[in-house]
Amino acid sequence: MVSLTTNLASLTLSNPTILASGVMDEDAGSMKRILQCGAGAVVTKSVGIKPRKGYPNPTLIELEHGMLNAMGLPNPGIVAFGEELKTLKKVKAPIIGSIFGSNATEFKSLAVKMQEYGANALELNMSCPHAKGYGLEIGSDATLVTKITTTVKDAVTIPVFVKLSPNLTDIVAIAQAAERGGADGIVAINTVKAMKIDLELEMPVLANKRGGYSGGAIKPIGIRCVYDIFEKVHIPIIGVGGILTGRDALEYLMAGASAVQIGSGIYYREIDIFKKICQEIEQWMTNHGYKHVHELIGVAHQ
Amino acid sequence: MNYPQIISINKATTEAPDIKTFLFSYPGPMDPGQFFMIWVPGIDEIPMSVSYLNGNMKGITFRKVGDATTALYHLKKGDNIGVRGPYGKGFTIEGKNILFVGGGTGIAMLAPAIEQAQQRRISTTVILGAKHKQELFFEKRLQVCGCKVYVSTDDGSKGHKGYASDLAQEVLTKESFDSILTCGPEPMMKHLLDNSKNVPLQASIERYMKCGIGLCGQCCVGEGLRVCKEGPVFTRELLDTMSDFGRYSRDAAGRKLSL
Repeated sequence: MVSLTTNLASLTLSNPTILASGVMDEDAGSMKRILQCGAGAVVTKSVGIKPRKGYPNPTLIELEHGMLNAMGLPNPGIVAFGEELKTLKKVKAPIIGSIFGSNATEFKSLAVKMQEYGANALELNMSCPHAKGYGLEIGSDATLVTKITTTVKDAVTIPVFVKLSPNLTDIVAIAQAAERGGADGIVAINTVKAMKIDLELEMPVLANKRGGYSGGAIKPIGIRCVYDIFEKVHIPIIGVGGILTGRDALEYLMAGASAVQIGSGIYYREIDIFKKICQEIEQWMTNHGYKHVHELIGVAHQ
Repeated sequence: MNYPQIISINKATTEAPDIKTFLFSYPGPMDPGQFFMIWVPGIDEIPMSVSYLNGNMKGITFRKVGDATTALYHLKKGDNIGVRGPYGKGFTIEGKNILFVGGGTGIAMLAPAIEQAQQRRISTTVILGAKHKQELFFEKRLQVCGCKVYVSTDDGSKGHKGYASDLAQEVLTKESFDSILTCGPEPMMKHLLDNSKNVPLQASIERYMKCGIGLCGQCCVGEGLRVCKEGPVFTRELLDTMSDFGRYSRDAAGRKLSL
């Protein structure tokens, strides 16, 4: 028998697949369905202090090798979101609350509320590539990353993960900044800044013009980031970016990830992709004589 | 690939005050009840069910209500729009005797299903509901195709006075049907669902939609059912599992809105 159980700080996941933030995670019903489809944990939509409608459409389009999106951080605001989380309390798998703020005070206030509403861990969104004043604009400043992480850590008892962007000169330096702030884990990567121009209309397709690229095309970018972070930080890494199959997930584990997140994959392989990936990992491990997922973490570093 | 095709409008028709139909060439198979994402460049992109389904020629019929539909309303023959799709699960047309209940612009997406039922020689009864007789459309189109058409208006300006679901209840006591297909205001459909317990029913529902391809989760109802993917047409069995059906929808931020 193969064991897919994995640990992230104090959390134990029945398997290493986690729903990535931003996909089918704005309401309790959706997150329940994702867990029924086999995910080991879910990350919520990124939630801020106030409700945000996000950008007008088109907010998401398919390209040849991936998906391009600029949703604009739509969310009902932390208070309304609390209702969704409260109805999820009976669920056994970990719920990771994603939050975004424009400064340490906002992050702290959101973190405290998320914990109060029942989230089992936090993911600090310091990497959304297209929202002014949020996300990457914060996550590219090492001092600010440390400060926000410390402030949040001091305010809550649940584990805190920091999600980073690949659009950084040195992602390892920012991961270290999060580690210095006391982060319990690093999530890498968010989408890659990108744009699509329509030839007929001679204009960018996304209403926000710029967006973030996800899907198969960005997997090698994510693998490189996870590999480099693993060499320099000592907290668990959650790998994200272009994971569509068990083999993709295994590559991230070998690069150093303790778990993986799946988002766009739902489009390519339907909503039960979590079960499919787990079966593929299991099969591969059986064929290669592995018994526990943790035996694979970071094996590519020789 | 789910990327908008830029196409030009072949024909624009005014159906009623504030209600227009655009016809355009868009090859490929499509079921009644399925929808397109219609892009008005520079404004917005919104879901719209197909209202005409004749081979390559497809159509949409809409009411001017928000920014996108207002911008769309002002377009004319020859203007460009972006179209992607078809998306979602449409109607399953089966049985010997079907009752269609359409309220408001819901009538638009029922029309191709009614025409297909007629072509297959299924006995077809249609109830059209509108607020006022001026807002009624497609009555002639449906009479021409040979079905029995009843009309109700909220103010009694034409036909039965009251909601389409009230008239449906009356019709259901006199006649039996193998199936009910409906689209209209959700409280009307909920009323119909609750008052036709023994008849298989399919209802097309509407939610604020963003990606249209089952990823963003914006349009989810019940326990994670995506209106853009598992819907927009849902069977009675699934509708019965949705605690939100007929009660609330959500806005662009995901906040609950009472229906």
